Amino acid sequence: MAQKLIVIGAGMASGRMLEHLIDAAPDAYDITLFNAEPRGNYNRLMLSPVLAGEKTYAEIVTHDDAWYAARGVTCRFGEKVLRVDTAARIVTGEQGALPYDKLVIATGSSPFIIPLPGHDLQGVIPYRDLEDTEAMMALGAGKRAVIIGGGLLGLEAAAGMAARGTEVDVVHIMGHLMERQLDEAAGYLLRRSLTQKGIRVHCKANSKQILSDGKGHVRALQLDDGTELPCDLLVMAVGIRPSTALGKAAGLEVNRGIVVNDQMVTSDPDVLALGECVEHAGAIFGLVAPLYDQAKVLAQTLLGQKATFVQKELATKLKVTGCDLFSAGDFAEGEGREDIVFRDPARGVYKRLILEGNRLIGAVLYGDTGDGAWFHGLIKDATDVGEMRETLIFGPAYQGGPAADPMAAVAALPRDAEICGCNGVCKGQIEDAINAGAGDLGAVRARTKASASCGTCTGLVEQILGATLGDAFVLPTAQPICGCTDLSHEDLRRLIKSQELKSQEAVWQELGWTSRNGCHVCRPAVNFYLLADWPLDYVDDPQSRFVNERNHANIQKDGTYSVMPRMWGGMTTPQELMAIARAAETYGATVKVTGGQRIDLLGVRKEDLPAIWADLNAAGMVSGHAYSKGLRTVKTCVGSEWCRFGTQDSTGLGIALERRLWGSWTPHKVKLGVSGCPRNCAEATCKDVGIVCVDSGFQIGVAGAAGMDVKETERLVDVRTEEEAIDWTVAFIQLYREHAKYLDRPYKWVAKVGLDWVKETLADAAERQALVERFDLFQSVYQKDPWAERAKPEAARRFHPLADLTLEAAE
Amino acid sequence: MSWIDIGHIDDIPLRGARLVKTPVGCVAIFRTAEAEVFAASNACPHKAGPLSEGIVHGGKVTCPLHNWVFDLNTGEAQGADEGRIATYPVRLDAGRILLDGHAVGKRSAA
Ligand SMILES: Cc1cc2nc3c(=O)[nH]c(=O)nc-3n(C[C@H](O)[C@H](O)[C@H](O)COP(=O)(O)OP(=O)(O)OC[C@H]3O[C@@H](n4cnc5c(N)ncnc54)[C@H](O)[C@@H]3O)c2cc1C
Ligand code: SF4
Ligand code: FES
Repeated sequence: MAQKLIVIGAGMASGRMLEHLIDAAPDAYDITLFNAEPRGNYNRLMLSPVLAGEKTYAEIVTHDDAWYAARGVTCRFGEKVLRVDTAARIVTGEQGALPYDKLVIATGSSPFIIPLPGHDLQGVIPYRDLEDTEAMMALGAGKRAVIIGGGLLGLEAAAGMAARGTEVDVVHIMGHLMERQLDEAAGYLLRRSLTQKGIRVHCKANSKQILSDGKGHVRALQLDDGTELPCDLLVMAVGIRPSTALGKAAGLEVNRGIVVNDQMVTSDPDVLALGECVEHAGAIFGLVAPLYDQAKVLAQTLLGQKATFVQKELATKLKVTGCDLFSAGDFAEGEGREDIVFRDPARGVYKRLILEGNRLIGAVLYGDTGDGAWFHGLIKDATDVGEMRETLIFGPAYQGGPAADPMAAVAALPRDAEICGCNGVCKGQIEDAINAGAGDLGAVRARTKASASCGTCTGLVEQILGATLGDAFVLPTAQPICGCTDLSHEDLRRLIKSQELKSQEAVWQELGWTSRNGCHVCRPAVNFYLLADWPLDYVDDPQSRFVNERNHANIQKDGTYSVMPRMWGGMTTPQELMAIARAAETYGATVKVTGGQRIDLLGVRKEDLPAIWADLNAAGMVSGHAYSKGLRTVKTCVGSEWCRFGTQDSTGLGIALERRLWGSWTPHKVKLGVSGCPRNCAEATCKDVGIVCVDSGFQIGVAGAAGMDVKETERLVDVRTEEEAIDWTVAFIQLYREHAKYLDRPYKWVAKVGLDWVKETLADAAERQALVERFDLFQSVYQKDPWAERAKPEAARRFHPLADLTLEAAE
Repeated sequence: MSWIDIGHIDDIPLRGARLVKTPVGCVAIFRTAEAEVFAASNACPHKAGPLSEGIVHGGKVTCPLHNWVFDLNTGEAQGADEGRIATYPVRLDAGRILLDGHAVGKRSAA
């Protein structure tokens, strides 16, 4: 007589297993199949296409009633199994008990629900089964949904609902979407295409609580920062946990999942398990490919055949129409690993291959995933790719072909190929211009307008020059910023503005950075440019700043820091001096008076920074930004208030300027001076901006220097009132901030653009006003005391060691 | 190996570092990507610059004092500079950072 086999869970894994088993030996077992869902097997992966309206439920059913009937499988659908007694070999369902000879547990996993306040409100659901899918489909147009979780599942849910006209917000705690499968660059592209579908994506967003409408139904999600995202449905797609409760209660060995050996047998020889509920060699599973392998092995084990389950490399694809994405293997950097990166900004294509020695171990593809399967094969088979390394990234079609030569590629373009998209210039026009005598980029730009707008095609135009002129053409050497890009600072600044790039990821991707996330040379520059151009959109990245700006103190040669409170216009009070003295004593600091009319406290330990700041804050002082690429000091003399020669209140003007400008970020440090008369006691004529007060008003000079170069200021303008003096100064600094190369002081920048251009621009009252407004807008976001923020306990923690293992050792 | 739990990955800023005091001196724990950490000596072989304060890029760190660059995988100085920092085994388990206690001179793990 056939043995009795009970299967718990009619999911994807057990469905495949039953096919193998019954095909091989139709009569070996007398089978009963339990399923908590009121239905048999369907293709769970296809729920997303059902949600998106691309498929119907009927199309994704894999085993219908007729299938089970024809094979004599007894189905107990809609009935949950409550207990397994392995000693008596009995399974108890909601409708009664049943004995078994062999038992297969395939209970899958349960979606994880974050226990946020309000998680039990109506309208808060996971994304796992047909019921969930139907709830999302029912929402429809005009309603709002919030999805917590920017992984595979969350994004498929988002895209599916958005396709039905629902307004969707995705809230993701990490810095980029699908961080487990994608690197930042690919995550950025994905985010971009989702945004184009109307989905709002909030990264680095922490959910705080789910708000009720007062009638037990969800109304909104509230984030940590107080933002409220209203919604009619809230979907949590934050991860899954193996469903191990049955196995655990039955006394089977369970870690994260039900432990199985290579034959899919649990710690009880008559109980087998497979699918997402199991753990094999320390791993648990969340994708179907390995489950299908398990299904085959388990069926063979049930038939007494020797088979072994082996874990393989996995690949992920996102089933969202219009977002082509593929990721396989291991793409983290690690010992001896190398990256090959390919970016085609225009087509939105990004590919990254990770090699270890001569083996491909990981691949991330976005936009063009056609070669995914091929790469996946190379990863799985650990193929030696040494021979084709050069052309590997171009895929299988390229192997054995000639090595790619960019010059040859351009030479092969037809005459009507469009080169400059902005101005609609094609290759033929450029060639004609060159043949008619345009011998360099500037001349080609002047005659054809090619590359004269956004500049992305500059490289192509140069290649055409090269191909047309042959050896007569020498590629110009605009200094690239660093090894990560061929762009110069000037090009980068222009492209950030013209292409509206608002994040570092956008810059790396759209402008074809060759490194993963820049280097110590370009990242601070990129961070500054983004901050200067998009103060409201871009969030400052402290990790892209030099240590001084990150720690808001100057690092000294022995690793200690110096701390310098602001002294507005060089003024202080006895109270402030006493507080400074006390702080110096408390933290063992050396006291030095600086050239910029301030007091420097040297030799403070990093751990003590938050405390000394708190003390100085308490005495009313803020950071002097003595470390920043930003406003440093405004040096003043005593002026008309005290001096017998003084013509104006130079101290007062200095203080007013400092209060307006402090806390701003600029391409390099900026120092000001205001002297009360031409005797110039504040040495204003060698500052970045120096004002000399005279009887008739104020003489404003700019672009002075007293560092590696010494240079007198050049006269920008003479004005009558203090108000005008402030406006011109602010506008000049804003102009500098919007145009200069990172780490160029104003004198270098003015030398490049010419003082005449600066004067002309600022002389236009409307333009000057606009610059002042943009400066003030920036200050509304960034003018705040960094000390106060970092003296708070949560931030201060970062200044202490993460752990101290020496203490325990001493015990 | 004896793995010691020294904290959660989110205690380290992305592309940043934190220090751990150990019997062999200060060890810097670098976080280079969402879920990738490295452990290495904090002292630059050039003039002892605190590497945990450097800019972290790709799998490398740049010393804040004179810009030597070190590969965090191998500890080797990059480019023309010659030198090496000690690296230590570290791994992640469910977001927790585990540092090898033996390698940093701790005899018994708590
Ligand atoms: C929307 C969605 C999209 C996905 N997309 C992909 C994809 O593109 N690629 C990919 O590889 N994977 C994808 N997955 C994951 C994939 O569906 C799962 O890995 C796979 O379904 C797991 O199979 P399983 O048989 O282990 O569990 P399941 O398919 O979950 O089946 C388990 C069944 O057991 C039942 N059950 C549980 N406990 C009991 C009990 N006590 N008594 C009776 N019955 C019980 C459950 O009701 C369930 O029907 C997706 C998942 C979802 C939800
Ligand atoms: S600059 Fe003129 S006003 Fe100022 S202190 Fe010197 S002499 Fe007096
Ligand atoms: S101390 Fe590190 S580079 Fe000099």
